[in-house]
Amino acid sequence: MALRAQTGPYFGDFGGRFVPESLVAALDELSEAYELAKLDPLFQEELAELGRSYTGRPSIITEVPRFAAHAGDARIILKREDLNHTGSHKINNVLGQALLTKRIGKQRIIAETGAGQHGVASATAAALFGLDCTIYMGEVDTERQALNVARMRLLGAEVIPVTAGSRTLKDAINEAMRDWVTNVETTNYLFGTVAGPHPFPEMVRDFQKIIGEEAREQVLALTGALPTAVAACVGGGSNAIGIFHAFLDDTDVALYGFEAGGEGVETSRHAATISKGRPGVLHGARSYLLQDEDGQTIESHSISAGLDYPGVGPEHSWLSAIGRAAYRPITDAAAMDALRLLSRTEGIIPAIESAHALAGALELGRELGPESVILVNLSGRGDKDMETAARYFELLDGGSAE
Amino acid sequence: MRNVGPVIRERNEQAAGALIGYLPVGFPTLDESVEAAVALVEHGVDVLELGLPYSDPVMDGPVIQAATQQALANGFRLADGFEAVRRITERTDAPVLIMTYWNPVVQYGVDRFADDLAAAGGAGLITPDLIPDEGGAWIAASERAGLDRVFLAAPTSTDARVRQAVESSRGFVYAVSTMGITGARTDVDSAARALVARLHEAGAEAACVGLGISTAAQVAEVLEYAEGAIVGSALVRALAEGGVAAAGELAAELARGTRIQ
Ligand SMILES: Cc1ncc(COP(=O)(O)O)c(C=O)c1O
Repeated sequence: MALRAQTGPYFGDFGGRFVPESLVAALDELSEAYELAKLDPLFQEELAELGRSYTGRPSIITEVPRFAAHAGDARIILKREDLNHTGSHKINNVLGQALLTKRIGKQRIIAETGAGQHGVASATAAALFGLDCTIYMGEVDTERQALNVARMRLLGAEVIPVTAGSRTLKDAINEAMRDWVTNVETTNYLFGTVAGPHPFPEMVRDFQKIIGEEAREQVLALTGALPTAVAACVGGGSNAIGIFHAFLDDTDVALYGFEAGGEGVETSRHAATISKGRPGVLHGARSYLLQDEDGQTIESHSISAGLDYPGVGPEHSWLSAIGRAAYRPITDAAAMDALRLLSRTEGIIPAIESAHALAGALELGRELGPESVILVNLSGRGDKDMETAARYFELLDGGSAE
Repeated sequence: MRNVGPVIRERNEQAAGALIGYLPVGFPTLDESVEAAVALVEHGVDVLELGLPYSDPVMDGPVIQAATQQALANGFRLADGFEAVRRITERTDAPVLIMTYWNPVVQYGVDRFADDLAAAGGAGLITPDLIPDEGGAWIAASERAGLDRVFLAAPTSTDARVRQAVESSRGFVYAVSTMGITGARTDVDSAARALVARLHEAGAEAACVGLGISTAAQVAEVLEYAEGAIVGSALVRALAEGGVAAAGELAAELARGTRIQ
């Protein structure tokens, strides 16, 4: 079977539905609505039109030779999801799920967010469609992504800082699930990545796979051939699966996911789930996760809020298990260096998340050499990260930024 | 080991039904959680439900979250769960169920978990984030080890899923009283009454209602139509605020709700 044809609930040994019974009816309702929408040309056309006239699709590709000079002179091509409305790939998924929310007749959406990009995209869709919107965000993240909190509130969403557990993305997901269990009859949960229970991994992938479908055509048109390798950062894995998917059955194209290596995978402070974790159950699916011997989730660490997650989508665990994609860690320091390098050589300030993919491309270029063409998913822009970057590089006058 | 089925049946013959009390292991300490559990039984709780603290408890409200988070911060290990079961069953006759999220069982090994729980004298498991659809390994292991397995049914469960919950469970079926998570509520949903009727219709011998029950009056009301009433957050709050004595006192008060009216 073609790898592209794989659907949920299971991707090999991974995926499934490990959820409270109270959520099963809602997940079934969502699955059925999605199966119908998938085959409905009207839904697909409505979504495509939103892509064209609201998001700004297709996003362009940009070749970056001055950056590539630092990558063993490989050709490096960026897929510019940073140019989407709201500044990242997250909008692709949110518009699909918001349209679906209208179809199932619910008036309220909830979402979790780490970096705030999925929250901003959800708040944006809520404003566009006239839905009520509540966003759960770990308190640590509301502090390090304060600008996105303001954006969500300006858009009319309620932002609830989550103070439980590690106060980051995983705890925001727990809190959003509790809200959903309680308010399931009126509320749809817009999940932000390709993790979680079925149908989310498959559905979110389908809403994101346009990234790779466009990029495959664009690279072919530019270079006359498919790329040697495709690189993306992996938090939950939605931008990565989005750009990988069109290439899954192109066996000559190597696929690389770059996880957050934090302070180094030899320390305990990282979020390199596939590199360092083992299979288990978290947030409704069986997949790789960072956990201790007893199966307690270990807190992850990354300078990037969007990658600071101890789990990963089940399709990535499967692609890793069958050897179709390779996953490697990138440290905070390497990501920040790549962020500055792209800014200075090409005038593009990437999100810190996306900078992990750029750092990975620098590595790959040196390994694969000047004949290689590397397609990188630039999943988001760096505006939201200016405070972190300013502090990291000491860019502001007047001493410490604290 | 004592299974829960016979105890629930007995309590429905002698009284209005069974009172099931929840406490997390290791809160406020391992010793005190054992003392509190024993005190519950001494004051009229018929079946114990011991929660294993877990890092990502999606079905739990703030009271239980705070308690289990403290237990984890104090260094709770899975082995403490088996030890607590052993110490409690040495001192009381009440059946002891473990309430656990699924990943700790997977990591321990489903068969090994079943064997060690049975060896410790435990009655079985309540699995809030395991639905029968994903429960093949646990159903096989619990059959082999003679353990109870309690699956949940919700007001939104379809008839087919209600039937599946009844057929897959052993001991009783946990009827989720309301759409929500754990936490005391002032009124227990009328949805519970309808759900329990559907469970009986599907052949359930025992349906026990949980989520939101905190007073003797609510216990009495639930036992009009269900075989058991499950109380969690209210007992945990009593333990947190007034120690073992307060938890015992609340248990005695709740047990009044099991008297035949
Ligand atoms: C710009 C950007 N890239 C990547 C991610 C990581 O998510 P995923 O792995 O689902 O693409 C985020 C998450 O917030 C993000 O904002």
